[in-house]
Amino acid sequence: MTDEKKKELEALCLEFRKCLIETLHSIQTGHPGGSLSVCEILTTLYFSEANISPENIDDPNRDKIILCKGHAAPMLYLNLAKKGFFPMEEMKTLRQLNSRLQGHPCSKETPGVEASTGPLGAGYPMAVGVALADRMDGRDSYTYAILGDGELNEGVVWETALNVNKWKPDHLITIVDWNKVQLDGTTDQIMPIGDLAGKFAAFGYNVIECDGHDVAALSDAIAQAKAAKGVPSVILAHTVKGKGVSFMEGKNAWHGAPIDDASYEKAMEELGGAQ
Amino acid sequence: MGKQLREIYGEILKEVGATNNDIVVLDADVSGSTKSAIFGKAYPDRFYNCGISEYTMVGMAAGLAKMGKIPFVNTFAVFISTIGLLGARNFMSYSGLNVKYMGAYGGLSDAYDGATHHALEDIANMRALPDVDVLVPSDAASTAFIVNEAIARKQPMYIRLSRDAMPDCHPEGAVFEYGKGMIVREGTDVTLIGCGIMVSKSMEAAELLAKEGISARVVDMFSIKPLDEELIEKCAKETGAIVTAEEHNVIGGLGSAVSEAVVKTFPVPVEKVGVMDTHAESASYKDLFAKYHLNAEDIAAAAKKAIARK
Ligand SMILES: Cc1ncc(C[n+]2csc(CCOP(=O)(O)OP(=O)(O)O)c2C)c(N)n1
Ligand SMILES: [Mg+2]
Repeated sequence: MTDEKKKELEALCLEFRKCLIETLHSIQTGHPGGSLSVCEILTTLYFSEANISPENIDDPNRDKIILCKGHAAPMLYLNLAKKGFFPMEEMKTLRQLNSRLQGHPCSKETPGVEASTGPLGAGYPMAVGVALADRMDGRDSYTYAILGDGELNEGVVWETALNVNKWKPDHLITIVDWNKVQLDGTTDQIMPIGDLAGKFAAFGYNVIECDGHDVAALSDAIAQAKAAKGVPSVILAHTVKGKGVSFMEGKNAWHGAPIDDASYEKAMEELGGAQ
Repeated sequence: MGKQLREIYGEILKEVGATNNDIVVLDADVSGSTKSAIFGKAYPDRFYNCGISEYTMVGMAAGLAKMGKIPFVNTFAVFISTIGLLGARNFMSYSGLNVKYMGAYGGLSDAYDGATHHALEDIANMRALPDVDVLVPSDAASTAFIVNEAIARKQPMYIRLSRDAMPDCHPEGAVFEYGKGMIVREGTDVTLIGCGIMVSKSMEAAELLAKEGISARVVDMFSIKPLDEELIEKCAKETGAIVTAEEHNVIGGLGSAVSEAVVKTFPVPVEKVGVMDTHAESASYKDLFAKYHLNAEDIAAAAKKAIARK
């Protein structure tokens, strides 16, 4: 990744973080922690690695991004708005009556949203189905499935992993937002995940680890995944829940807490002030 | 406004758990929301946070029940009644195991999270399972009654709670009977039968109707299964028209149950207030009640329609 591209993505991430905090503060609902941790992952995909835009959205040859951890919808919407799928202004309507921007992504209502997710785990096998259809029809496009680490508790994730190993859709790239925190506590407290790299390797994946807040590292990891032919890859992206707002970092309490005025002021100050 | 039902539930479990060592509590990474954490803090050795693995959690509960424990299984109503449905069918219904499913965030109460988190078909799903009782408390007092019954009765149950606080609709010292509905307001022209939050909405509707000279009876049908068919027949005979009110799809829930009972005994016009076979959306709880026509005004309008059909 060129320095110029890296700077561009980093600037976008900062803009998205500010807008996220502003939006969630103004509506007093929504999930800050997991939206902040997935920021670089989504932004690197939408603005560098994946071939998706409002112009090609009806073309099955485009790439597909399936955000399995649907509660991070606000960060998805920010990316989609910036891409031009709908006006940025619409962020104000998030979670409000008659809005296209649902609390969890709805593929039927919202332009650019690939899959209705929210029930954790459910999106992952759907991503496999998409990747298999692309292969059947001879398309060269990639499907990206983004999962939370708490989401990995769901049995369906590992049933899907068995299927991935059997059918080997090598154009499926799985990315885990490995922030070590879920809802009730840390992953160590709630459901220790153990040797995650070893687990995925045992299921037949090509395992790649990287810093999930480093856009260049993410870009490299995706290049490695694409280079591995005949074997599906998983990128374990090391992240921090609440990344960018010091008092939210690593705290499960900020999974879905409304942002009070004092926290809002502090967060915006840390992010360098309003847009 | 009274207390949140989920809080009352959590506190009773903790209280009874002090002497009843058979009570075990399971949750799937939402214990702060379901309030099962109140029990978990007090008795960590009888609390299993299974992580986000609902299907596994209900299976573990079945094993605990087989060995004589009284498992209370907690997660959002939408997940326990969908992901948990096979476990409910196989272990609770078919095997008769003494498992209690606690559906937090019933109806539209997890309002902002949107349709993926609303539970509008949980009652229908659970009601279709033989031998599984279905209960929907309407306020603090009925919650306390139902939770205590759930601890005492050796049988599978689905109990739907709510995210929000609910106004009290039963007088202090009200005596509940398991499997029986409760008349909370007398009336002669029409009977409004509700469950959950819709009981207090029906009380409000009865006030509105009284202003127009219509006398509406209000029944809290907190037990949807077993259903108090006797009381329904009595109301049909005495008031000649029925309105059902539920925070649920109009297909398969309280309205269906009451209609099924009425046609067996004393058919009278029945109007259903509920969500009209659609998914809802993200918004405030209040906005959703207005848009999906679940307010007192809507119940009152349905009452007039039912009376006109007499
Ligand atoms: C099937 C299901 N069970 C429970 C929930 C409630 N829930 C929403 S987010 C969450 C925690 C998710 O943790 P993780 O996957 O680590 O997400 P992140 O840390 O990236 O926010 C839970 C339990 C849900 N949405 N779906
Ligand atoms: Mg996490």
